[in-house]
Amino acid sequence: MIPVDDYLFLSLALFTIGVIGVLTRRNVIIMLMSIELILNAVNINLMVFSRMWGTVDGQVFAIFIITDAAAEAAVGLGIILAFFHNRETVLADEMDIMKW
Amino acid sequence: MQTLNQALFIFFAVLAVASAILMVTRRNIVHGAVFLITTLLSTAGIFLLLQAEFLFIVQVILYVGGIMVLFVFVIMLVNLDVSMRQVQFNRQWFVAGALALVLAGQFLFAIWVGRGALRLPAMASEISPKNTEAVADALFSHYMLPFEIASILLLVAMIGAVVMAKRRAG
Repeated sequence: MIPVDDYLFLSLALFTIGVIGVLTRRNVIIMLMSIELILNAVNINLMVFSRMWGTVDGQVFAIFIITDAAAEAAVGLGIILAFFHNRETVLADEMDIMKW
Repeated sequence: MQTLNQALFIFFAVLAVASAILMVTRRNIVHGAVFLITTLLSTAGIFLLLQAEFLFIVQVILYVGGIMVLFVFVIMLVNLDVSMRQVQFNRQWFVAGALALVLAGQFLFAIWVGRGALRLPAMASEISPKNTEAVADALFSHYMLPFEIASILLLVAMIGAVVMAKRRAG
């Protein structure tokens, strides 16, 4: 049987790549996609512990996280569209004023 | 059976990590989105290995079919050509990367200390084969209030997205 640790290591790898993506990229869309990657890593953890305890509670929480990811993607992409209409760019460095 | 499980796990894990790395480093955002889709699909495969069939199909339909289509749609709406010629990483990338690696090292240490303590039960005969039914039971009985709150969250997000994306007159 595959030990739980392997799943945790996989989840950790995806989480770290997501954090690096959020912190180092300038493109806001890539940053949002990295956040999706982080949420996905969390889902792997929830799923493996749900399997370990033999209950479905972890899977229910994963559904809530996916709901949250959908809401976050919708609002975040709306903000990006509004920003792009005003500044003609999608780089995070350019987001330096609150009102224009 | 065990070796098949193991081989499938390694296949999906390598695919997920490799395409995640490619997603973060690609210059073209559309390529990044496609690599993220590959990562999400391999994660769906991992879910299937963990006998979470309902979450597998939710991952494929909702994440890949819904959220990622939204992402690709927005990528098509913003102008790619300009951003592709600009510098892709910010000036603090070295510090940020080092801090992320330190964070990963801490987690790695925590998992390494406790390794081998947690084991999955052998092929689950004790887990109900009706995974979807079990999830629905939990969702609509014990987790009813969070479920309703999630629906309100989706409503708020929908209104917020419409308000944000609406082009202002003049």
